[in-house]
Amino acid sequence: MMQFTCPHCGPRDQAEFIYERTVDAVVSLDAAPEEAMKSLFTRTNPRGVDDEIWRHTYGCRAWMVITRNRVTNEISATRAVGPEALP
Amino acid sequence: MINFSFDGKTYQAEKGDTLAAALLRNGIGLVGRSFKYHRPRGIMTAGVEEPNALVTIGDGGRTEPNTRATDVFVYEGLVAKSQNRWPNLSFDIGAVLGLAAPALSAGFYYKTFFGSAKRWMFYEYFIRKAAGLGNAPTKTDPDLFSQRAAFCDVLVVGAGPAGLSAALEAAEAGKRVILVEQDNILGASLIRDGQDRDGAWVESTQARIRAAGGRILTRTTASGYWEHDLVTLTQRIAEPGQIPPHGVAQRLWHVRAGQVILATGSIERPMAFAHNDRPGVMLSQAVRTYLNRFGVVPGKRVVIATNNDDAYKTAYALKAAGAEIVAVLDARPAPAGADSGLPVYHNAVPLSTKGARHCLKSVTARVSGLTQSWDADLIAVSGGFTPVVHLHMQAGGTLDWNDAAQAFVPATSRQNVTTIGGAANPEPVFNVVPVSTPKKSFIDFQNDVTLSDVDLAWAEGYRSVEHLKRYTTLGMATDQGKLSNMAALGRLAEKQGVAIPEAGLTTFRPPYTPVTMGLLAGAGAKDAGAHVRRLALYDVHAAKNPIWQPLGYWFRPRAYPVGSETLAQAAMREAKAVRSNVGMTDVSTLAKFEVSGPDAAAFLEIICATTVGKLAVGRGRYTFMLREDGFVFDDGTVWRLDENRYLLTSSTGGADRMATHISYVRQFLCPHLRVSAVNVQEHYAGIAVAGPQAKATLAALIGEEPPRHMSTVLAMISGVPVIILAASYSGERAFEIYVEASHAGPVWAACETEVAKQGGALYGLEAMEFLRIEKGHLVVGGEVDGRMTPHDLALDKMLNKAGGYVGASGLSRPALSEAGRRQLVGLEAIEGNIPEGAMLVTGEGASPQGHVSAAAFRILDGGSIALGQLTDGFARHGEELIATSPTRGQMARVRVVAPHFYDTAGERYRD
Repeated sequence: MMQFTCPHCGPRDQAEFIYERTVDAVVSLDAAPEEAMKSLFTRTNPRGVDDEIWRHTYGCRAWMVITRNRVTNEISATRAVGPEALP
Repeated sequence: MINFSFDGKTYQAEKGDTLAAALLRNGIGLVGRSFKYHRPRGIMTAGVEEPNALVTIGDGGRTEPNTRATDVFVYEGLVAKSQNRWPNLSFDIGAVLGLAAPALSAGFYYKTFFGSAKRWMFYEYFIRKAAGLGNAPTKTDPDLFSQRAAFCDVLVVGAGPAGLSAALEAAEAGKRVILVEQDNILGASLIRDGQDRDGAWVESTQARIRAAGGRILTRTTASGYWEHDLVTLTQRIAEPGQIPPHGVAQRLWHVRAGQVILATGSIERPMAFAHNDRPGVMLSQAVRTYLNRFGVVPGKRVVIATNNDDAYKTAYALKAAGAEIVAVLDARPAPAGADSGLPVYHNAVPLSTKGARHCLKSVTARVSGLTQSWDADLIAVSGGFTPVVHLHMQAGGTLDWNDAAQAFVPATSRQNVTTIGGAANPEPVFNVVPVSTPKKSFIDFQNDVTLSDVDLAWAEGYRSVEHLKRYTTLGMATDQGKLSNMAALGRLAEKQGVAIPEAGLTTFRPPYTPVTMGLLAGAGAKDAGAHVRRLALYDVHAAKNPIWQPLGYWFRPRAYPVGSETLAQAAMREAKAVRSNVGMTDVSTLAKFEVSGPDAAAFLEIICATTVGKLAVGRGRYTFMLREDGFVFDDGTVWRLDENRYLLTSSTGGADRMATHISYVRQFLCPHLRVSAVNVQEHYAGIAVAGPQAKATLAALIGEEPPRHMSTVLAMISGVPVIILAASYSGERAFEIYVEASHAGPVWAACETEVAKQGGALYGLEAMEFLRIEKGHLVVGGEVDGRMTPHDLALDKMLNKAGGYVGASGLSRPALSEAGRRQLVGLEAIEGNIPEGAMLVTGEGASPQGHVSAAAFRILDGGSIALGQLTDGFARHGEELIATSPTRGQMARVRVVAPHFYDTAGERYRD
């Protein structure tokens, strides 16, 4: 079980989080059908580093983007998302 | 003295004995029968790697099969039984299987697959009967298994000299330390080798670690190393089969460590020679353990076979204890000028053993090319040392080959873990290539795998070590190859003509030693396996003793039978009450979201595929939601409570999914909107009142004119503020009353009184299902099954023409609205009752063209009706089909009709 550092709550067990999808699988509302289907069904799934969306479901319920190496599980960055994180 | 029993006979043990030590103390050498050939087996080791001495401990619910006799400490009243033998241990019918050994060689199991299925069935019966170890207990374990989380700066695994020193250093440097040891005492090799005989050093080190705040856990195994330095520990509080002193038998720890130090030592290797599996063949260090720790001398006339210096310690210890060393077979060439005072033979490797009455009788060896034999009752074997690198490997580490020790040692670590002591620096050994006949030279004792099985697998084309493992079953079962893997690798490498590191390694997976299922389940067993969500009005329903229906984590009343009514009778009575008078039901579990803010309508037009913006204050409408790929995934209603405040309802079963979806859309797709979407599912309890008399009932309850269909008002019932939504799922004039959950009691009571006055009834989910099917309303999970588009469900006219909602892009793909898709239809029976879940076919033998998603009966008029999905169904009204369920042996002749069987004009819910 991995350990993530929630931007709001600090280090917590993976069991408190739920995985949603990678950032490149977010389908924007104005995406053309081809683009939308590509994001949904033909993702890159790299062996290595990727930006993943997780939610601290059993904690503060906030969403975050975690940059994780899928081979070593090394976590290089975690950032908050949503209205609060808007510039 | 401690009394225990083995196979029904009572014996005495000394305090601190393992069961293995106690059996040896009582002169019992034969402890079990082997897995495949039922060969007599004894005690080979003194640790968790024991492959042979597997016994069943305890009885009733506390039975623990396949327990290593070397890993259970004797307590008063311990009951142990040998396994895999019939009628008894010394005379075992199954041993004749040993005579059929050629037929049971590597891969025999797979070979029985060839030929007809009947042949396999024949073999399977005998294989299953004969092969195997202990029997699983049949009674419930009465004990508690607890789980616990802990954090530390340094976790030290193994309390030998290296581990104790490391823990002491870290603790005295002010770090939070946890030291774990699988044994029940600390010291490991110090105890085995008699180096701390008075216990003074171990004692004082232990005291200093504790004084510095360190935590020491004995009888605790670090069984798994997971991501980010999480280590699971399995702690035995009671021994197998023992009644735990405080109810808790074992504890599972999840330790998140800053740093992990592995001082796990090494496991001695056996040697391969013919009949090396007899009772009386024991690992050299195990012999030393029985001598120095338990004061048991396992043999009187002993042969030592070794390829290293360590075994000489065993020879001296045995000699000092009064045993006769008849030969030391040292595989290494003679060193110059050494005199050990022992009968040492160099260039000597064992060839075979002979036995009598399940005891060792003699040992034959090849000494410098000549064959020689000795009478002996024990052979102490040391084939080198295998570092315990399991946790290091589970943590994602790599290994280096140490040629001097002929062993793999930890190289790089992926996590914050270091290996120290014997596990990092094994003793140098001399590489011995087995020269004995491979037939009876066992390398995996637990799975009865011999050198010849490896040879056969090789001859049959198995090259990869992973294939070898699966084909021969080598390295499986409770010992997971702790003794056998290196021997197999050596043989494989020899066959391939490569060095061992090139032959590869199998994967090290948790757990390091077997873990009982109860420990993993912990408190989450039985009713605690999943949580239960209770309705706010649970007690009110429970008092009426309804039939309950699980719905996700919820339980809702399915029907309220009166007297001896069956479910079907009760549900039909309740449904009739709704159709002809008035009924009420608890709808609290529906998903509910309060969406507010200046951009609330804009947000809802992203979530919902229908228009929302034009809704007037106080009005509501039906809506549905799409997945990003354009398929319908939920439906419900949306109500404008105020200028910038909406209430959105959706299905019970999809409530959690919808909550996540709404939050995801809000955070990722439109973070700029000024809107708040709050999940109020459990904030409100809901009561639906439906039927021709619903309006009168509600008027009496709120003391004013009820809202017209699809309107909402705020009102008071019994002094409690409520929101009233005039919506109908049943097809009758109906109202949903929402009230803050903690105040639901008086509102329900008032409704119940009023409904009773009208002569109405309570209704449950089953009646609700009858009502909605007759009316042709959809249910998520039934008609809305994740494969249907708005077009398939005839909802396309309601789509927001401006687009912009989730799924609009996916839905625009032409194939989602083309001909040939399954479409929603109604079905009415011409003959027979329509079976739910039946497939729809045009005739016998034809391919299915759809299925029945929900079946019911007309409530007032009788007759079997159903909703279903049918290829191009909209254009097939009037066609006759067969609805057949071959698995249930039911069928009906049906006619395709529009999916509305009642009040198609929708007049009944309007005033």
